Amino acid sequence: MTTTAVSQHQTKWWSGGKSPFNVEYGKLMMWYFLMSDSFTFGAFLISYGTIRFSQNYWPGPSYVFNTFPGAGETNLPLAFVSLMTFILIMSSVTMVLAVHEGHHGNKKGVVKWMAWTIVGGLAFLSCQAWEWNHLITGHHPVLVDAATNRIEEWGQSMRHNPWGPIVENVTYHGEKVTRPGPVAFGGYFFGITGFHGFHVFSGVVINTIMLIMAQTGVFERRGHYLMIEKAGLYWHFVDLVWVFVFLCFYLI
Amino acid sequence: MEHGVAEVTIHHEPASTTKRIWKVFWILLIITIVELTLGISLYLLDLPEGLRMHLIKGVIIILSLAKAYYIVSVFMHLGDEIRNMIMTVVVPLMLFIWFI
Repeated sequence: MTTTAVSQHQTKWWSGGKSPFNVEYGKLMMWYFLMSDSFTFGAFLISYGTIRFSQNYWPGPSYVFNTFPGAGETNLPLAFVSLMTFILIMSSVTMVLAVHEGHHGNKKGVVKWMAWTIVGGLAFLSCQAWEWNHLITGHHPVLVDAATNRIEEWGQSMRHNPWGPIVENVTYHGEKVTRPGPVAFGGYFFGITGFHGFHVFSGVVINTIMLIMAQTGVFERRGHYLMIEKAGLYWHFVDLVWVFVFLCFYLI
Repeated sequence: MEHGVAEVTIHHEPASTTKRIWKVFWILLIITIVELTLGISLYLLDLPEGLRMHLIKGVIIILSLAKAYYIVSVFMHLGDEIRNMIMTVVVPLMLFIWFI
């Protein structure tokens, strides 16, 4: 599978007339774009880490993200986000399979696996949308003013965070009451998962275009499916970022 | 495979089966399940701030880095590229991780 051992003895890579890394320009540039994008995401996650660990109190993710669509009030920490991770990993696998079919020039196979990858991307976006909606519209009683004992019902927003420490011995319509939590939580969660979701969305758009191009025979005429490989690199990058977003927000 | 214009790359044989891909899928799935198990145990055990909690978090982070290695090397085929090119990607990333 590798060219390195054989070809390095046969050719001088930097003597001109050929690509020194034995890779197409577009593919190399895609790698470097992905590097720059990972620095951006990395910067966001570093910033999140700095603020999060500088606070005395930060909502535990297993208390905030413990719902599952269709399961109502059941406490299921990490369940939904596990499903999202599984969906994205699966779509990464279908993408590699599409690239694999491209290497063999098999148009039908490419179309099939690209279609599945798009389905996976859309499923992930739907899950993320449900998660956001649930956070924003889910109301929780918050002790807003200790002096007057005023309780308000808050959903998660950029300015209000209902996930603060639990107030002892107080219930509101049978629910536990909390104090307001650190405001930065909303901004970071929606900002970073939103930025990632935007990448997933653009990835789905790109994959759809690739699917149409493959189906109409553009790559067949060109003689190679390199474009699919580049789209594949982008898609795997999106999956990789999710691995780390999921790590930072839900696990540590 | 010739690209027409100025670029010439030497074609290498693609893998004939998808076995490697599915093998890595199972590896990723198992690593993810282990990570989730550790995460749930952190939640259920509710450990106080201390060595054990940080140790478990450290293991989870290392597992995520392992996942990253598999995705980049096999799914993105970086492992199959010329060594120098791999280095142009890996070295800045390592520096960045050190920066983190």
